[in-house]
Amino acid sequence: MKAAPDAAIETNSEPSLRRSLMRVFNTNKTSWIGLALFLIIVLAALAAPLLTRYDPIDQDVFTKLAAPSSAHIFGTDEYGRDIWARLLYGARISLMIGLASTAIAMLVGSVIGVLAGWHGGRFDALIMQIMDMLLAFPALILGLIVVAMLGPSMTNIIIAIALTSIPPFARIARAPTIVIKEREFIEACRALGYSTPRILVFHVLPNILAEILVMGSLWLANSIRTEASLAFIGLGVKPPTPTWGGMIREGFENILDNAWLAVVPGCAILLLVFALNLLGDGLRDAVDPKLKNEA
Amino acid sequence: MTAFLIRRAALAIVTGFAVLTLVFVLVRIVPGDPALVILGDYASESALQALRERLGLNLPLWDQYVEFLKGALMGNWGVSMVTGRPVIEEILKVLPWTIELTVVSLILGLLVGVPLGVWAAIRRNQTLDYLIRVVSLLGLSMPAFVSAVILLLMFAIQVRWFPVISAQTGSLSAWFQSIALPAINLGIIMAAYITRVTRSAMLEVLQEDFVRTARAKGVPWNAVVWRHALRNALIPIITITGLFLGIQIGNSVLTEIVFNRPGLGKLIVGALNQRDYTMLQGMMVIYTLIVVFINVLTDIAYGLADPRVKLR
Repeated sequence: MKAAPDAAIETNSEPSLRRSLMRVFNTNKTSWIGLALFLIIVLAALAAPLLTRYDPIDQDVFTKLAAPSSAHIFGTDEYGRDIWARLLYGARISLMIGLASTAIAMLVGSVIGVLAGWHGGRFDALIMQIMDMLLAFPALILGLIVVAMLGPSMTNIIIAIALTSIPPFARIARAPTIVIKEREFIEACRALGYSTPRILVFHVLPNILAEILVMGSLWLANSIRTEASLAFIGLGVKPPTPTWGGMIREGFENILDNAWLAVVPGCAILLLVFALNLLGDGLRDAVDPKLKNEA
Repeated sequence: MTAFLIRRAALAIVTGFAVLTLVFVLVRIVPGDPALVILGDYASESALQALRERLGLNLPLWDQYVEFLKGALMGNWGVSMVTGRPVIEEILKVLPWTIELTVVSLILGLLVGVPLGVWAAIRRNQTLDYLIRVVSLLGLSMPAFVSAVILLLMFAIQVRWFPVISAQTGSLSAWFQSIALPAINLGIIMAAYITRVTRSAMLEVLQEDFVRTARAKGVPWNAVVWRHALRNALIPIITITGLFLGIQIGNSVLTEIVFNRPGLGKLIVGALNQRDYTMLQGMMVIYTLIVVFINVLTDIAYGLADPRVKLR
C-alpha cells in the first residue's frame, strides 16, 4: 500500500504535478477567477500597442492633466501623457520585475532549502537560522537599502526583491525534503548508486514542485507589491519609463486637484495583487495538507 | 518560565549579533569610497584623508568591526554625515512616533481581526465567511501606500475630518486626529492578516476532541468558542502577529511618507537620498534591535498563552 503511490510519483512525476494542480483548481473556484484576472492583465500588457494608440512616454503639452474622456479614457498626467497607455506599459515592468525576482528567489530558495533538508544537522540549523533572520527583517527596508546602495536599475531592483523573498522558499522546500529523504524510493536510488545531485534533481525536486509553485504565486503578488512600493518611494525603474508605483508617486504630488492620477494606478496594483492572492490562496488550501479538509 | 526566558534571550543576543555583523558587511560592500561620495568629486586628497580618519575608514577591517560592535553596544553610533548630530539622538527623536503608530495599529488590528476571524470560522462556508474572506484578501492585497492615498483622499480631502499632515501634539483630540488615519491604514492591513490566521487556526481547533467534550458536558457554545477554542488558537495568531509586526515596520515607511508623519521610515528615506552612511548604519542597527525585541516579546506571549511552551 505504501510503496505504490511512491512508485507512481517517482516514475511519473510530471503528470502527478498536473493532476494535483487540476484537483486544486477544481476544488477552488476562486482560483479560476484569480487565474483569469491574472491572465487578462498579462495579455493586456503583452498586447499594449494594440490596446492604445498613444506612446507611454510621448509628452503633449496641449492635453496636460486632461480629465478622463473618450480620447483619453483615464485622462492624462501633468506632461500630457496618456494614463491608459502608461498603465499598459507599466504592467510590463511590474510583471517583468515580479516574475524575474520570484523566479530567482524560487530557484535559490529551493536549492538552499533542499540542501539544508537533505544534509540536516548543524548545516541545516545554521542555514535555517540565517533564513529566519532574513525573514524577520522588514523586507521593504532590506529592499530599500539594497536598491539604494546598488542604484535603481531594473536588474538591481530584481536582485533586491529576490533577496528578500528567498527565505520563504527555503522553508517551503526544506520541510518536504526532510520527509522524502526517508522514503523507500530514495533509499532505492541510493542502493542503485545514483549520485546525490541526480537524486535531488530528478527524484526529490519533482515531489516538492507543487508546493514551491503555489508559494511562487503568492510571492509573485508580494514581489509586485514591493516593486510598486519601492517605485513609490522613488527607488523604481528610472523615469520616464512608466511604473505603477512611480505613477502613484507622480500623481500624489497633484492629489488635491487631480486625484485620478494616483487612484487609477493604485486600483491597477490592487487588482493585480488581489488576482494573484486569489490564485495562490486557493492553490495553497489544496496543497497544504493541514488545510485540505477545509475545501 | 525563567529558564525559558533566559534561553530565548540568549538566542536573541546571538541573532542580534549575527545581524549586526551582516549590517557591517552590507555597509562595507557598497561600491565606491564613502568619503568621496560625501565630499564630492572635487574634494582634495587631504580632505578625503581627514574624513576617512574621522569615520575610521583608514583602520584595518577587523578593527573597524570591533569598533562598530563596541559602538553599537554602547549606544555610540557615530555622527550623522548630514546634520552633524549624533545618530542615536536623531533616531531617538523619531522613534516614539513609529512605536506609537505601530502599537495603535496593532491594537486596532487585533480588535478587528480576531473577532472577524472567529466569526468567519464558526460560520464556515456561509455568506458571512465568504464576505470576510474576500474582504480580508483585498485588505492584504492592498499596498500600504495605496490604502494610505485612498484614506487621505476620502477622509482628509473629500470630508475634512482629519488633517492632511498628521504630526500634531498637545491636546488629546489633536493626538487622536493626527494618529487616526495612519493607524487605520496600518490597522486595516494588520486586521486582514490576523483575520485570516484566526479563521484557519479556529477551524482547526474547533475540530478537536476537547471542543466536543466541552459541548457534550453542556458548556454554552459562546463560551466554548471564545474561551476554550480561541485560547487554543492563540499560538498561530501570536506567530503571525509577531512576524507581521516586522513587515508593519516596513509598511510604516510608506504610511509616514503619505501622511507626512515623522518616524523611522521618513528618516531612513532621507538618509538614503542624502547618502548618510553613518545614519543608515544606525538605522539598520535600530531595525535589528526592534526585530529582536519583537521576537522576544513573541516568545513571552507564547509562554503566557500556552503554559506547555515553557517546557520545550
